Amino acid sequence: MRSEYKLIFERSKEGRRGYDLPKLDVPSLDGLVPDEMKAQSKLDLPEIAEIDLVRHYTNLSRRNFGVDNGFYPLGSCTMKYNPKINEELPALFSDLHPLMDTDLCQGALDMMYHLDKALCEITGMDKFTLQPAAGAHGEYTGLMMIRAYHELKQDSARTTIIVPDAAHGTNPASANMAGFKIKEIKSAPDGSVDLEALRAAVGPDTAGLMLTNPSTLGLFESNIKEVASIVHEAGGLLYYDGANLNAIMGVARPGDMGFDVMHLNLHKTFSTPHGGGGPGSGPVGVKAELIPYLPSPVIMACHGGRVTLDYNRPLSIGKVKSFYGNFGVMVKAYAYIISLGGKGLREASRNAVLNANYVFSRLKDTFGVPHDRICMHECVITPGEELSALGIHTTDIAKSLIDRGYHPMTVYFPLIVHEAMMIEPTETESRETLDEFVEAMKSIAAEAKANPDALHAAPVTTPVGRPDEVAAARKPIVKYERQ
Amino acid sequence: MRSYVPNTEQERAEMLKVIGLDSMDDLFSDIPEDLRLKRELDLGEGMSEADIRRIFAAYAANTRTDMPLFRGAGAYRHYIPAVIPQLLARSEYYTAYTPYQAEMSQGMLQGIFEYQTLMCNLTGLDVSNASVYDGATAAAEAMLMLRDSKRKRKVLVSEGLSPEVRWTIRTYAHGSGVEIVEIPLTDECRTDMEALEANFADAAGYICACPNFYGCIEDMQAVSDKVHELGGLLVSYVNPISLGALKRPGDYGADIAIGEAQPLGMPLSFGGPYCGFMCATAKLMRHLPGRIAGQTTDADGNRVFVLTLQAREQHIRREKASSNICSNQMLCALTASIYLSVMGPEGMAEVADQNLQKAHYLAEGIASLPGAKLRYPNTPFFNEFVVDFDKDSSVINAALKSKGYVGGMRLGYYGCDDNGVLFCATELNTRDEIDGLILALEEVLK
Repeated sequence: MRSEYKLIFERSKEGRRGYDLPKLDVPSLDGLVPDEMKAQSKLDLPEIAEIDLVRHYTNLSRRNFGVDNGFYPLGSCTMKYNPKINEELPALFSDLHPLMDTDLCQGALDMMYHLDKALCEITGMDKFTLQPAAGAHGEYTGLMMIRAYHELKQDSARTTIIVPDAAHGTNPASANMAGFKIKEIKSAPDGSVDLEALRAAVGPDTAGLMLTNPSTLGLFESNIKEVASIVHEAGGLLYYDGANLNAIMGVARPGDMGFDVMHLNLHKTFSTPHGGGGPGSGPVGVKAELIPYLPSPVIMACHGGRVTLDYNRPLSIGKVKSFYGNFGVMVKAYAYIISLGGKGLREASRNAVLNANYVFSRLKDTFGVPHDRICMHECVITPGEELSALGIHTTDIAKSLIDRGYHPMTVYFPLIVHEAMMIEPTETESRETLDEFVEAMKSIAAEAKANPDALHAAPVTTPVGRPDEVAAARKPIVKYERQ
Repeated sequence: MRSYVPNTEQERAEMLKVIGLDSMDDLFSDIPEDLRLKRELDLGEGMSEADIRRIFAAYAANTRTDMPLFRGAGAYRHYIPAVIPQLLARSEYYTAYTPYQAEMSQGMLQGIFEYQTLMCNLTGLDVSNASVYDGATAAAEAMLMLRDSKRKRKVLVSEGLSPEVRWTIRTYAHGSGVEIVEIPLTDECRTDMEALEANFADAAGYICACPNFYGCIEDMQAVSDKVHELGGLLVSYVNPISLGALKRPGDYGADIAIGEAQPLGMPLSFGGPYCGFMCATAKLMRHLPGRIAGQTTDADGNRVFVLTLQAREQHIRREKASSNICSNQMLCALTASIYLSVMGPEGMAEVADQNLQKAHYLAEGIASLPGAKLRYPNTPFFNEFVVDFDKDSSVINAALKSKGYVGGMRLGYYGCDDNGVLFCATELNTRDEIDGLILALEEVLK
């Protein structure tokens, strides 16, 4: 089973050729580039025939695992099925240049305008920018708008963003990049906002609070209105991290809860594939009073149904990326939204929550449960006392799942739960899949008790075993050097 | 209505029973009653696949992609080999998440490692990250690298970077408190060395484009020597296709090379998804933002790839991370890898040369027309160049459009007072198209 796999460079042979270009049909002139600016030597790139290249990347893909290969309950990542029809649609716009005159790209602008409207309806916000390329990029964009809002009010004291300790790591990192100080507040044991801690944290320096709801423990923040009023009364704004929106589509809306700014992850909630780490898309929605600060350009509908790009935005935070965002991803997300419709989106969320609770109910007698209550779209468990006493860690359970054909859940997050395992099944999994997963988890627990060492050795069915990560970081080898 | 939920009503009822609830509504009892949406979302009834196809075909029909295109300005139409879309359709790649579990993600991790090596070899630098959102954000991240590695809050930026890139840099600079000083170009469209020197006090370094937004090729060796003599670092923003013909950033001593990888096999796709690349010298490795794959071994001694140097990243360091980025443009990076592997050294040299030749053929044709002249006739250029017309550029472009051509990019587009037009030609512009455009322009200029 174990095997190394050659690098593309190790398949290269001088003189092989895989490319093909049209013949040059204009006169070929010499000396267009002065010698001192010219390439000095042949580039060190692979020379490879097309068939060998195709086999290389095809067989390399077999050393990878996606949602199409099997269950992928990676918490906080919403690894739902990626509908195939959506994959075909971006090709309709492959040759569309972003700087086409607007009368030659009306269809694309119109689609973006309608996506903006649909996202507003789903979230209760008033306007979206589609420019950010990912969730963290959206956070940064939203925080820059919060900053611009306070700056315009000449409230220069508002330099602090409050972030609960249960938050995603990107929240404090994004706030730091936007130039804020970060005040971390301890969460209540159930991962919700500790209202007393929040009251103590807010003040004239508060620019805003970043919050994920449902929380990173998969629990809905029941006190959200109280949270919102504490922040608003202190003069701050409320930022919604949309990573967990898949729990509440058509059920509740961040805009109705008091949030002023939010981002969505189209690659999570709206079914666009994660691409092995990207491209994603992280649109940011705002309430009306923040619209002036949106990144430029803003997509606007004019009289007569024409859609334009408005660059005349004197209060805009500027641009956070070239052009208008990851258009190809937007196409897939909009196709998903209109194919499900209002009722379908609500059904998606309701079933996501049902599946998470079903898995949780069936696992809670075998594993540790920090909070035994109804969860939203994901649940958090731990190895539990008995397994921990045997020296079994979350990593061991995760690696054993790999041997049983599953991608593991998110591990060691949220940080506030020791040895956390965060399971997000999503709505697109059948009961049988969930049952089989539960049985796999139970068999791991049984094996752990019978033979704990076997778990430490997992995985054994994969092309490679557990990597030596310490060695990788100590003496980094980050590119191939020819022997 | 389309649904991707497999469970039947019956199964849902049974599952609720296992949970110990009576109805689906009970799942949401934590949500305060007054926050629950009492109506259905107003997003239609849902649609079949056939409906979806029809709707998107209609959107696409309301765009024009069949006209000969002479516009670049940061997004370029190049030939995309057929193997690229075919291989990217492997769902083991596109339906995976970030390779957190190395044992079952060797495909992606090796893919990143190969991408890093290819980009290092292309730019002549030692280390590459796994990519960032696009060229503009790569420039913004490079600005932060300059700040952090030199511990100075001032960064010099060439006016030769594209308006989109400069605008993005400004946004990030405002966020992070970096002072940006823009260095003007000379009448020959090269860095004004005097201005560079005059502004260098307390600056961490200089971000310079080559070819720049106006297509011009700078003498980067001279720029590099000057920047280093002044004690700064050089960030070189390059078009990756041009490196088939031009000196590599590493060869003239750049400390960081960045750019937009879109020309390496990614479709125009109305501006995204694209892919920002970032390479640096070994010395700057720990200041690189984003993911990096590294090589190690498993217990049996097999070569294994992992995400490494994660102590720089946000999930460990939180607010002290080198950047907030927690993804990359993986599938786009894979695209660039496949493109570079298909092309190889000969293909990259040939495609770069064809771009040079086509653009020069076009430039010569336009320059021969009365009422048109090249703005920088004495400066070498790659696949773009600026033309000044006697007539109003929007009138010219409108007339070209009516004749079926997408003309160059009006430099006045971004709001500055400039009647120039930036033309682009790539290997995909045929001689017939180019001759046709020149003829059309001749009529327009009459």
